[in-house]
Amino acid sequence: MNFRTDRQRVEGLGSAKTGTDHHWKMTLTSVGLAILVPLFIFTFGATLGSDYETALAVYSRPFPALVAILTLTVGWMHFKGGVQILIEDYTHGGTRTALIIATTCLSYAAAAAGIFAIVSIAL
Amino acid sequence: MADVNRGNRPLSPHLSVYKPQLTSITSILTRITGNAMLLAALMIVWWFLALAAGPEAYASASWWITSFIGDLIMLGSVWALWYHYLAGLRHLYWDTGRGLDIETAEKLGKGVIIGSFVLTLLTIIVV
Repeated sequence: MNFRTDRQRVEGLGSAKTGTDHHWKMTLTSVGLAILVPLFIFTFGATLGSDYETALAVYSRPFPALVAILTLTVGWMHFKGGVQILIEDYTHGGTRTALIIATTCLSYAAAAAGIFAIVSIAL
Repeated sequence: MADVNRGNRPLSPHLSVYKPQLTSITSILTRITGNAMLLAALMIVWWFLALAAGPEAYASASWWITSFIGDLIMLGSVWALWYHYLAGLRHLYWDTGRGLDIETAEKLGKGVIIGSFVLTLLTIIVV
């Protein structure tokens, strides 16, 4: 015998949670990346594999440094949102919560590390 | 009674019963490419940290990233990036309510696949 009411059973299972905000944030970051990614690919790609002095000189300039900072920031936030959907689709319960916490921490840590590195190179 | 038929309802058919189609393949590839870029993204952050840390750290990071395995990961990620980029643009277009009929969706799907290889080739030539 189950004494739970119909309402109690369905509450929290619908779509009216934070999905709209999540979708908007993915849209916003994707538009940002649509502009940033080509700029990043052709500045970073041209520098990758060059010697230490050359790489340092490139990322001491404001344009490549700003493009890299923005791409890493927006990119990692876009990853945070995207991987959360992946986790929510394939895992449940405690595993889901743990994975979302872990990937969120990783996203912020990687973005912060990248920004710290570029700022210390540029300054 | 609130739960007369609980747990005994028919389930809707899931992914495994459908034959793969261009629309479903291009959809799952968007997810795979997006998440697979994690590896390259971490390598790029490592490259910047190494450059900030000094010549020795930079030399070892640069060596790993431009090694055979590093090159393979970077090349794969360039394709993944362009694929995900074009698929994302397709999503932005879909979000306006356009291009959702099967014929247009498949045409856009082919465009995404062909475009991703063209842009990858272009990146290899330019960079």
